[in-house]
Amino acid sequence: MKTNRRMTLAALAALGVLGFGQTAVAQEKTDFKVAWSIYVGWMPWGHAADAGIVDKWADKYGISIEVTQFNDYVESINQYTAGGYDAVTLTNMDGLSIPAAGGVDTTAVIVGDFSDGNDAVFIKDGNALADIAGRDVNLVEFSVSHYLLSRALDSVGMSEQDVKVINTADPDMVGAFQTDDVTAMVTWNPMVSEIETLPGAVKVFDSAQIEGEIIDLMVANTDVLSDNPKFGQALAGIWYETMTLMTSDTPEGAAARAAMGAASGTDQAGFEAQMAATKLFADPAEAVAFTASSDLAGTMNLVRAFLFDKGLLTPGATSEDAIGIELPDGTILGDTANVKFRFDTTFMQMAADGAL
Amino acid sequence: MRLINQQLSPVAATALKFAPFLVLILAYLLGSSLRLAENPNDKLLPALTSIADAVDLMAFTPDRRSGDYLLWTDTWSSLKRLAAGLGISTALALVIGVCIGILPFFRALLAPFVSFVSMVPPLALLPILFISMGLGETSKIALIVIGVAPIMIRDLAQTVLALPREQIVKAETLSASSWLIALRIVLPQALPRLLGSLRLQLGPAFLFLIAAEAISADSGLGYRIFLVRRYLSMDIIFPYVAWITFLAASADFGIDRFRRWLFPWSQLEAGR
Repeated sequence: MKTNRRMTLAALAALGVLGFGQTAVAQEKTDFKVAWSIYVGWMPWGHAADAGIVDKWADKYGISIEVTQFNDYVESINQYTAGGYDAVTLTNMDGLSIPAAGGVDTTAVIVGDFSDGNDAVFIKDGNALADIAGRDVNLVEFSVSHYLLSRALDSVGMSEQDVKVINTADPDMVGAFQTDDVTAMVTWNPMVSEIETLPGAVKVFDSAQIEGEIIDLMVANTDVLSDNPKFGQALAGIWYETMTLMTSDTPEGAAARAAMGAASGTDQAGFEAQMAATKLFADPAEAVAFTASSDLAGTMNLVRAFLFDKGLLTPGATSEDAIGIELPDGTILGDTANVKFRFDTTFMQMAADGAL
Repeated sequence: MRLINQQLSPVAATALKFAPFLVLILAYLLGSSLRLAENPNDKLLPALTSIADAVDLMAFTPDRRSGDYLLWTDTWSSLKRLAAGLGISTALALVIGVCIGILPFFRALLAPFVSFVSMVPPLALLPILFISMGLGETSKIALIVIGVAPIMIRDLAQTVLALPREQIVKAETLSASSWLIALRIVLPQALPRLLGSLRLQLGPAFLFLIAAEAISADSGLGYRIFLVRRYLSMDIIFPYVAWITFLAASADFGIDRFRRWLFPWSQLEAGR
């Protein structure tokens, strides 16, 4: 009876460990999982999976890649951080504050685009950013919208003390903007293009004014990537083939844009409008040049200062140097002993050189 | 001996009572130490010390930006919404429930309508509420009322309808008016039941509160959980969940004690 009970206990504990203890084990492997969520700069991943481009490149490198779409952006990052996925789409800021701050060493494999108007600040009954003073501002707290607001306020000599932030879920933004008690809002596309058309909405600031600071990435677990460079090569191959297709002025390109538009709840024209507000790096050489430029260090310095100020870097962080960020030239921002976020141009460079 | 007749010694019964909790804690500690051994910064299953640090940060350290003690301001905002929502629901249930139960006019008028409304899934109404009532407190309280009140009304009307007909007839032979019957026969038996159904609705009320706070708020227990979920701060989420559970359990216990104190006769009838 006693041994029985002990065995049951051990079995239950083991079950618990199995359930909780799964992490992406880094070693050579052949099956990979990629998570992505709906956003103009990431729609190509869904299309690549549908159009067979993913399988084509996976077969070429003798691996298999499972591409999963998440309806909830944050959930996809959390799943990646918990170890359920090998790669995920996210922004430079969320990459630093979620996986890297959670101790998961993360490498940006592909720098896909930066927001060039996709994120915007709206107000009612006013025509300049300064009119936002003293208002309640609805936005997704701690997201790139929050960062955009902070940069916008900086640009007119105000700080977050001058407004009051109300956390609001992103699916409800468009509806919320039409209620009387909402007078200021920060959000991203596709909501931006809908709010723009509403009467009384005045766009007073957008991400084109902080060019290149909100960057959309495909990141992968650094350990998985260094043990399986094929995975990185396949990702780059998939991405740039899809880029070539979707930016081409051919019937196939138009069909791809229409499919991506439909998948993101709009149509070809709507999707092309969102693409116009996005600086896509269709040419790998351009992406390499952007990533390797010295501006990236400046951007990441702004981002980590913002995250530290909001207490998001790590709970015990005493300065913005708590997490190390490695840039393509090997420079490290922050703690060299705790590098958790890396920009790597290797795979984009291979694409540029046609070496995939 | 048949299993259904098994006699447990008091020691065994106590041990069994605590066993599931112990297993849960052990599984957590084991899983947590395994994950932390692999990645010391892991956030999914934080060590108990980091949970303690988070509690200290949320409950006993003023916030860097606002100077508030976040756990207490969150609790206060949430409890205000909850109290308003449940208070309105209870008042509605009392008035409408008793009317449906004793007055044929109101039964014909409202009973089918209330039954119909109670089938509307409240969370599905959330987007409509937010647009029609704004993002402020009104829509959050309205969600709780819409979710909770119809069920409480139906429950109370059922209780009143189930009162022995003899009691009513007896009162009538003693020449009591409708008003007096409501006051002296129905209310003393309906009120304890109302508190009982309030207890049962605490869980759903918390559910609606958290759902509403997740969508738009600047403080509240549900707001905080959905905010820190963004960066996987389980060290904050776990204590908040425990705190909400504790609040709900205390309210449940408190209302039951209140009922026993206020309506001692309801205890006799239940035979407890």
